[in-house]
Amino acid sequence: MTIFTCILLGFLVVCAIAASLSKKLLNTILIFMSYSLVMSIIWVLLESPDLAITEAAVGAGVTTVLFLVTLKKIDAIIKKESAQEETDEQEGA
Amino acid sequence: MSRKVPEEKYRKSFSYKFRRWLEGTEDPFLGRVEMRRQEAFEEGEEARKRREQDSKALETKVYDLEHNFEMRIFNRIYRIFSILFCIFLVVMLLAAVSDLPPFGHAENPANNEVAQRYIEKGLEETGAVNIVTGMILDYRAFDTLGESHVLFIATCTVLILLRRDGKKEQEEGQDNDRLYEPKNDVILQTVARVLVPPILLFGIYIILAGHLGPGGGFSGGAVIGAGLILYLNAFGFAKTERFFTAKTYRRMSFCALACYSIAKSYSFYTGANHIESVVPLGTPGAILSSGLILVLNICVGVVVAGTMYTFYVMFRKGGY
Repeated sequence: MTIFTCILLGFLVVCAIAASLSKKLLNTILIFMSYSLVMSIIWVLLESPDLAITEAAVGAGVTTVLFLVTLKKIDAIIKKESAQEETDEQEGA
Repeated sequence: MSRKVPEEKYRKSFSYKFRRWLEGTEDPFLGRVEMRRQEAFEEGEEARKRREQDSKALETKVYDLEHNFEMRIFNRIYRIFSILFCIFLVVMLLAAVSDLPPFGHAENPANNEVAQRYIEKGLEETGAVNIVTGMILDYRAFDTLGESHVLFIATCTVLILLRRDGKKEQEEGQDNDRLYEPKNDVILQTVARVLVPPILLFGIYIILAGHLGPGGGFSGGAVIGAGLILYLNAFGFAKTERFFTAKTYRRMSFCALACYSIAKSYSFYTGANHIESVVPLGTPGAILSSGLILVLNICVGVVVAGTMYTFYVMFRKGGY
């Protein structure tokens, strides 16, 4: 069990660093979500299942959805086609 | 036999005003609070010249470091003092931390009296099998009341910031709305049809069994809110607005917060005056037990579920 906990904690550290270093905002949010998910498993291992439920529902669910909506509103998620078009235009120019 | 009140008299009555306020057809502040429209800032030619002259004089006379000896001294002292202040703050905070009792020590006050009392007398005094729920909704219910209100205030702030004007919405909102409306995704709809009922049921279970096992109002409410968001994403606003609008949310959270406040004031009143509470504690382990905790859990759950859903709607559309 301790090995499993150590793996999870290591994953947590990697996620935290990766979230701050990632260049794309969408990737950052997905990494952040996996961080919350791993955190909720750790809460279960620390014998506080009610916190685990809250972490999974709020951290991995609602917060991620709100982040995604915000990204969509500020046009930070660019579709592949439009990005391709933009690069084409730049090359053409 | 009931008497019919003339309409003019009814319009003056309190119940009419309260009803209009509740339904949101009348703004109680409109026409009674002094509100002045802000005028655009305009600057005359002379004032502009004076301002430019002033800023030029400031650059040549005050910020000219080579000739202004006082400024140079001040800059140096400013830097030294900022560093000294930071060091002082760090040392002070570290000293305060080192003065705290060691973490996890058996002699700590938090470790001997309070925790022991909770563990020994918790079941007897609150009637909740889950000690955590007994603590947050009975011993420390005042904190939870504050938390619910903080959530409600957060929603109000989001409403103020993101809500779109009704008139504008009629002009340009129609096409705008359609843009944000999700497309009919078959995969998402099928998954939602299977998943949403179990998610909502699980949320209700977590709320209702909060005093028996892990869970409680906040986590259950968050689960229900997430389920509602999934349903909204799959089927669009037209389906959810059949049962959940801004009016529903307002009434729901008002009733829940008022119910929580009344129930808790009652138990504070009886507790402070050493009166026996009317609400029985029941047998520990049964659903209808542990006094007011079940009611409080339901109230918190309702507020949290509505808040999560409203946050999402506000972010997506800016109004119901």
